[in-house]
Amino acid sequence: MIKRFIIVLALAAIAVGLYPLAWGIQDAEILTEVANEYVENGADDLGAANLVTSVVVSYRGLDTLGEITVLFAATAGVTMLFAARKPKKSGQKGSLADDSRRTGSELLQTGADFLFPILWMFGMYIFVHGHLTPGGGFQGGVVLASAVLLLLFADSDRKMGHTLLQIAEALSGAAYVAVGLLGLWFAAGFLDPRFLAAGEFGQLFSAGAIPVIYALIGIKVGAELTGIVDTMRRSAL
Amino acid sequence: MNITQIVLILGFLLSLIGFWGLLTRRDLFRMIISFSLLDTGVHMIMIGIGYIKGGTAPIFDEALAVGEAVGKVVDPVPSALVLTAIVIGLAVTALMLSYAVRVYTSRKSLSIDAVKELKW
Repeated sequence: MIKRFIIVLALAAIAVGLYPLAWGIQDAEILTEVANEYVENGADDLGAANLVTSVVVSYRGLDTLGEITVLFAATAGVTMLFAARKPKKSGQKGSLADDSRRTGSELLQTGADFLFPILWMFGMYIFVHGHLTPGGGFQGGVVLASAVLLLLFADSDRKMGHTLLQIAEALSGAAYVAVGLLGLWFAAGFLDPRFLAAGEFGQLFSAGAIPVIYALIGIKVGAELTGIVDTMRRSAL
Repeated sequence: MNITQIVLILGFLLSLIGFWGLLTRRDLFRMIISFSLLDTGVHMIMIGIGYIKGGTAPIFDEALAVGEAVGKVVDPVPSALVLTAIVIGLAVTALMLSYAVRVYTSRKSLSIDAVKELKW
């Protein structure tokens, strides 16, 4: 009883604290100083049509590297949690997977086989065009991983190349940092994409190294999330 | 009521629901769902703060010429933050779910009360 009272009190306190924040606010008319700088000079500076991408990949590129690290830590955590101790083989296999698994229906299997290359291509399209249109490495990577998830739904015993997955993950991560260092060496700073030619504004080959960096991020995110999906699948087998 | 206000209030409401769920539920899966709600609420708040009156997406094309964008586009920084935060949220949710699965396999219960080591 007293516990519930404290919870209600805490929530009420948070609500009262947030209330003036939401109530007094008006639609902003002008951008903050930093954002103004980005909007005013971002396009001429980096040559990317999508300003959000300029911020993610270049202006706040170091933050993105941190985000990738968090993603890596989460994947490592999932792997660690499942790899810690294998439940005993056969007999009592833990109640998670004691029912024999059904494979997917004919419809699902055919659909997954048919859709997989299309989804894969779509994901790559999203992260290669990240500097021109909404989307980018993170979204494209998630699409890649979801395509693999669809395949595993259709046939949960499908073999997957772990080595390939690990190589893709490690190489893209290392290449990401390497491209960042190239920026430090040939241009103004870490993750500065201007060491490659700017190209024509709004074209696929433009914005210096931004498409390269975003493609690497896409591969990295896709490999990490596929790793999570695969670890969960294997642990339940 | 303006747009910023509506989005902020909805975001706060969603976060409060998430907080409430985290504090009152004992079931691990429900706590994870509450955490996702809290996450989404925070994303909405961040996006709401970045809104500019009548602003459009900060992407240059035929409709939005370079050089005249100031005052016409929303703040790109919160958008960039939320863009990455959504994917990170997905991975963190996966981590929490794996923990829930581990707790269930070792203790045959999804209640947080089964994890006595967490109490002090």
